[in-house]
Amino acid sequence: MLYLELFIQGIVQGSIYGLIALGLTLVYGLLRILHVAHAALFTLGGYIGVIVTNFTGSFALAMFVAMIVVGVIGMAVYKFAYEPILHRPPYIALIASIALFIASEEIYRIVFGPFGLSYINPPLQGQIEIFSGFRLKHGEILVMVIAVVMLSALAWLSANTRTGVAWRATVTDPEMAAAFGIKIQNVRYLNFFIASALAAVAGVLVALLNNLVEPTMGSVPSYKALAIIVLGGLGSIRGTLVAALALGVIEAYGTIYLGKILDRDALAFAFLIIVLMVRPQGLLGEK
Amino acid sequence: MAYEITLATTMAISVLFALSLNFISGFCGQISLGHAAFLGTGAYASATLTKASVPFLLTLPASAVIAGFFGFLIGLASLRVRHDFLAITTMGVGFLFVGVVRKQDFLGGELGMAGIPSPDMSREMFMVFCIFLAAVFAVFSLYIRRSWMGFVFDSIADNEDVTRILGIDASRFKLAAFVIGTAGAGIAGALYAHHFRYIGPDSFGFVQSVSVLAMVIVGGIGSVWGVAFAAAILSVLPLLVQFVDDYKLLLYSALLFAMMRFAPDGIAGIVRRSAARFRRATP
Repeated sequence: MLYLELFIQGIVQGSIYGLIALGLTLVYGLLRILHVAHAALFTLGGYIGVIVTNFTGSFALAMFVAMIVVGVIGMAVYKFAYEPILHRPPYIALIASIALFIASEEIYRIVFGPFGLSYINPPLQGQIEIFSGFRLKHGEILVMVIAVVMLSALAWLSANTRTGVAWRATVTDPEMAAAFGIKIQNVRYLNFFIASALAAVAGVLVALLNNLVEPTMGSVPSYKALAIIVLGGLGSIRGTLVAALALGVIEAYGTIYLGKILDRDALAFAFLIIVLMVRPQGLLGEK
Repeated sequence: MAYEITLATTMAISVLFALSLNFISGFCGQISLGHAAFLGTGAYASATLTKASVPFLLTLPASAVIAGFFGFLIGLASLRVRHDFLAITTMGVGFLFVGVVRKQDFLGGELGMAGIPSPDMSREMFMVFCIFLAAVFAVFSLYIRRSWMGFVFDSIADNEDVTRILGIDASRFKLAAFVIGTAGAGIAGALYAHHFRYIGPDSFGFVQSVSVLAMVIVGGIGSVWGVAFAAAILSVLPLLVQFVDDYKLLLYSALLFAMMRFAPDGIAGIVRRSAARFRRATP
């Protein structure tokens, strides 16, 4: 039974990784930027979730507010941080993004205090018995449900709406898309809005599972999500999801069986390096 | 005086470390986000040796060889990946290093190694020695830059595919850059260990790797003087701005962001541009 338990815990963790990494993939697919500061938006989502829940008592409202606010801030990050340096070599944007991330962590520490915040009445703490002796919190089930719903909605939208088609056209060939009258600028804003909103959802959910948001909450996801999108083949949405779930499961088993020689966070990169040596284009990457 | 000596020694070690990354990322254009792992390799190797009562000076070549050997392995692996994949792979190497060191009892595990013997020289002498090594590495960098090898590095940084079409074995030169750069970091690590006389896994993590890359980029990627200058300033800036202690990291990251946003070619670029303007204004 331990195997199954670990597997399910791995899927829960993997769903969260998926929500975070998907936003990164969206940004990378469109602009070829490794958007480290994405994890800062994830932390911000967590803070907004906790604060709004504590003020109003409504978790659903908190989730909604977090998505909107963080989505808009994500658009502002694109406008003021990335747009002016898009024509520079890619490492410039990478370093700028890392600097932005460190600065945000410091700002959270100064504004919200170094010790973090918790829910006064943490919602969704009830448990369901899946099989004898193994229980899942409602929150953990919610994580999986939200991940599935969000990601399928996104897949459906990108396949079946005009906006979705415009987005895919811009990813494939921006110049051609512009020639067909697509406003590239709007596609980029939308892209950042969706990516950041997904990060906010993940932030609210992680804050719920740990019942804690700290200024440094984003530091592990910041680089682990990078590992995931590289594993997934940089820019491939399907690959990212597979990699996120696989990593969640591998970490769940690895912490138990490899804990003596390698710590949990290094595991992701051991996996990454092994995969890249065999398949330099990532798990599901093309070419 | 003691404080100034410590500052100058710290500066010299940072300059050496930044120049070693400049070989890989500056000359050869291979962005590495895990260079601190090689500083760490050198530091741990040298500390383990001096604790086994090997003379300090002998541990320097040993750390260079060990770090360079690991650099060779990582370089071999890195040949398979390019650009963004390379940046993330090297970042992975950095995390792997810290993750492995944390779990090794003979390297002190989480707690790190304390009580590393002091080098067999006075503090003044050690400072001079560090500055000397940094200067030697700077001259060596300038020499390589003007050599045939430097031209090939430049060409790889500019466009690797064209370099290959010209019939140059780009892989071999990339490997050479990795080995020289990581060996230099190994020497810097040996100095680091005997300067602070305490090392732990967190001294060589992602933050260190990012800050050394920041030194290279703020200085002006590839420029020996720019990088040396930026490394000297940025290494002691956090110590000099103690009065804003609580906002130190915020200031540092804001500076870095502003630099990327407004002057991505670094200090060397600013100097070059203002020199050009000056020349245009005078005739």
